[in-house]
Amino acid sequence: MRREGSPWTGLWAVFFKEMADHLSGLRMRILEALILLSALAALYTGTQTLRQTVGEDPYLYLKLLTTAQDPLPSFVGFLSFFVPLAAIALAFDAVNGEYARGTLSRILSQPIYRDALLFGKFLAGLGTLAVLLLALFLLVVGLGLFTLGVPPEAEEMARAFFFLLATLAYAGFWLALGLLFSVLFRQPATAALAAIGVWLFFAVFFPILTDLAASALLLQADPFDPESQLRQANLALWISRLSPNTLYAETLTAVLNPAVRSLGPILITQLEGAVLGTPLPLGQSLLLVWPQLTGLFALVILLFTLAYVAFQRQEVRA
Amino acid sequence: MTVIQTRGLTKRYGRVVAVENLNLEVAEGEVFGLLGPNGSGKTTTILMLLGLTEPTAGEARVLGLDPMREPLKVKAKVGYLPDQVGFYGELTAWENLRYTTRLLGLPEAEAKARIEEVLKRMGLWEVKDRRVSAFSRGMRQRLGLAEVLLKRPRVAILDEPTLGLDPEAAREFLALIKGLKQEGITVLLSSHLLHQVQEICDRVGLFHKGRLALLGTVEELAQRVLGGGYEILVEASPGLAQAFAALDGVAKVEAEEGRYRILATRDLRPELARIAVTQGSLYGLSLRKPSLDEVYAHYFQEVAHAA
Repeated sequence: MRREGSPWTGLWAVFFKEMADHLSGLRMRILEALILLSALAALYTGTQTLRQTVGEDPYLYLKLLTTAQDPLPSFVGFLSFFVPLAAIALAFDAVNGEYARGTLSRILSQPIYRDALLFGKFLAGLGTLAVLLLALFLLVVGLGLFTLGVPPEAEEMARAFFFLLATLAYAGFWLALGLLFSVLFRQPATAALAAIGVWLFFAVFFPILTDLAASALLLQADPFDPESQLRQANLALWISRLSPNTLYAETLTAVLNPAVRSLGPILITQLEGAVLGTPLPLGQSLLLVWPQLTGLFALVILLFTLAYVAFQRQEVRA
Repeated sequence: MTVIQTRGLTKRYGRVVAVENLNLEVAEGEVFGLLGPNGSGKTTTILMLLGLTEPTAGEARVLGLDPMREPLKVKAKVGYLPDQVGFYGELTAWENLRYTTRLLGLPEAEAKARIEEVLKRMGLWEVKDRRVSAFSRGMRQRLGLAEVLLKRPRVAILDEPTLGLDPEAAREFLALIKGLKQEGITVLLSSHLLHQVQEICDRVGLFHKGRLALLGTVEELAQRVLGGGYEILVEASPGLAQAFAALDGVAKVEAEEGRYRILATRDLRPELARIAVTQGSLYGLSLRKPSLDEVYAHYFQEVAHAA
């Protein structure tokens, strides 16, 4: 049976309402303060280190984002730590919170489809994070101008744009995950815990597991056959790429560091004729991370679809 | 004109039957009560009428539209007040309704005018800038009805509208519902508080375990189930039971000393008074309208006995 009427009716009403909620909510304030403080700390150490080397590096602003100094991680490191948390915090009670407040049946009795509600919530989360990221990034660039006194170049800005885009896709993954759990679990606390659990798994346990798998695979390889060793190394890499964290980290490596030419093992013959250390143009760097970016987007779409299907099948009554 | 019509409407959750073979017709402008205890299938029926739950079998028509095929058109014309209606507590009453007008797609000026109109009508205009989290249950319920009216609906479906209200607030709320009828809005309301809503319902349907057991006006049901539509209490000298029972139209006489409880098919007070006065002395006479609670209890006792 075909239903009539557009599934997008009411989408923007939901989007603007949710976005206003996010931006004015206390939850977001706390996150903003947390992210801002840590980013500023990372940035400060970054500029301190860079001041001594201004003029030696053509990609000063990219360095600013990626330079780490013990004990603080780099700005990018901070972001990849906080973005999942922020996304989960925005999404974990999206649907079950409506159930708990008794608003879901009231909203769905308005002339809109469920599609609009779920997609509007997802877009609002993404929009909020985009605003947050953009504001943070502009702050960084401004601060860089202030302390370094060198204007950024077009290539750097283009790379930074793709860095933001990749971060947004990464955030979308955690947002969709939070949304899925908010549909599956009736208790917001359970959904939050489950989402944090997945995040911990990918952040802490998955690297350990892939390390174990990699060493086990390398042990299997014939020590006198380099080809089998390469095969096993590639397999280990392939396994580690099942994690969105790996995909995101690899994307950042290639986009923010123009000197990176490969994201996996490389043979000495492949380097013939290459001038080591020379930067790649942006197009080539993008080509390098195209599979990673595609994978990230695919994960987002997959998770959102799961949440969508689960939500469509759910009963409205609590 | 028939506004709501269902034919063989059935909903099963696995092996549990929520609603079975429901045939219902609600005419334009009437107040129809879906009555029955909790879990008897009232809310499920309502959700199917709004296209929020898919029927397992059968079909429904609301304003001539199929709620499964054209839910948006149905929901644009049908207002729904869920039981335990919830609002966004961190937003004000006005902001909550503003969100609804956006979902309805009303233009700005029109939306503002309508919000003002319904808030004033529900007596909530003074508290429009207060957060809903500070609202009492009764105020929330009225805000819910305000939201229903925001649509200018042709049909209003109210699920347990008086649940959780104190008697005073419930009475006020029922008066507001009566007001909808005067405007020509068809009202379908569900409740398990039979005595509260029997006053305002033109017709009622009594639900029992997912089936529509009885359907008709309160008087008709009393007639069918209790054997008489009128219950008359007489206080007079003892020993008049036989004389009362001999009257045409008396279905049943229960006597206890000088107190008689008479079930009749019409209002027999004058005749009863005459007999009491001529054959003894009359101390009191009163007509009690049959209550739906009695009808319900009586009917299902009979059903249970028969089984």
